[in-house]
Amino acid sequence: MKLQRLIPLALFLAAVGLLAAGLALGQPRDVLAKAARVCLECIGVG
Amino acid sequence: MDNKLRGRVQFVAALVQNADLRGFFTGRIDQGAQKAVCVPGLNCYSCPGALMSCPIGSLQAFLSARPVKVPYYVAGLLLFFGALLGRAVCGFLCPFGWIQELLHKIPFPRKKLGTFPGDRLLRRLKYLVLAGLVVLVPMLLTDWTPAFCKYLCPAGTLEGGVPLVLLHGERLHLEVGPLFFWKLFILVAVVLSGMAIYRPFCKYLCPLGALYAPFNRVALYRMRLSEDRCVACGKCARVCPMQVDPSKTPNSGECIRCGVCVGACPTKALRLGVREKQGQGIRDKGQGIRDKGQGIRD
Repeated sequence: MKLQRLIPLALFLAAVGLLAAGLALGQPRDVLAKAARVCLECIGVG
Repeated sequence: MDNKLRGRVQFVAALVQNADLRGFFTGRIDQGAQKAVCVPGLNCYSCPGALMSCPIGSLQAFLSARPVKVPYYVAGLLLFFGALLGRAVCGFLCPFGWIQELLHKIPFPRKKLGTFPGDRLLRRLKYLVLAGLVVLVPMLLTDWTPAFCKYLCPAGTLEGGVPLVLLHGERLHLEVGPLFFWKLFILVAVVLSGMAIYRPFCKYLCPLGALYAPFNRVALYRMRLSEDRCVACGKCARVCPMQVDPSKTPNSGECIRCGVCVGACPTKALRLGVREKQGQGIRDKGQGIRDKGQGIRD
């Protein structure tokens, strides 16, 4: 039971670690830069 | 949760993710700061209504950068959604999954099919799509990127391509060429097959489904089977639209947590949720963990 609860906890901690690293590197800005313009390839006209 | 309520959740989720309805009239896509956040499901960020970003599109953008950027941020978000919900994301929050469910309600000229021939093999395709088109091609062949969005994703065509080309194509100088017709062909194939079988894109091609599938075994929100109550009638397997047998694999990677089996079980042996009910001989198959003290076994 303990292990069963520890796995999601470990995954959440890993997620927080990755998010923190991404935030520290300013990666949300990269996501925004890509998403703020129409991606012509994505809609099939690029 | 009954299926009507789930349908309402899906509708609200799709609306919240595409709430910038003005975009459909102006042809402009939202550029607000909230677009730095990825949604958990498949929703094209070039949809005129999209308020947030597509995780698969964002993932490819990082991997196709030179030098390659490790996508810590997107991976963290996906890991968070996966650890919390697993493929319940597909069943509740994915707009394109919901669209396919609506398509399946449309009467089909021929009898509705359960699956396509070669279903088991076809279901592995989505892992190839994830590894090939989402990860490897962006890393190795920059000119082809974003490969999944460009060559396969029908959500981008439906949510972004068709409305932008039809409503604002001339004004935005969008030139329709072979790529658009290829993507239109994929979309039509998904729409027609979606009328014949339940969620074909989720079953066979969706890289997000492939990504969330392993989390079904460990996510906080998952299925529990009470062995004491199960009478092995097989009803749960017969009603499952994803062709899973919850009495054998309640946490199969193919389960989207729609809960149809939970409602159909005559003895209430299946339960979906976060909390554990203790001391009922609950089986949490696929967990790979054995703990005799709590009556939970693999």
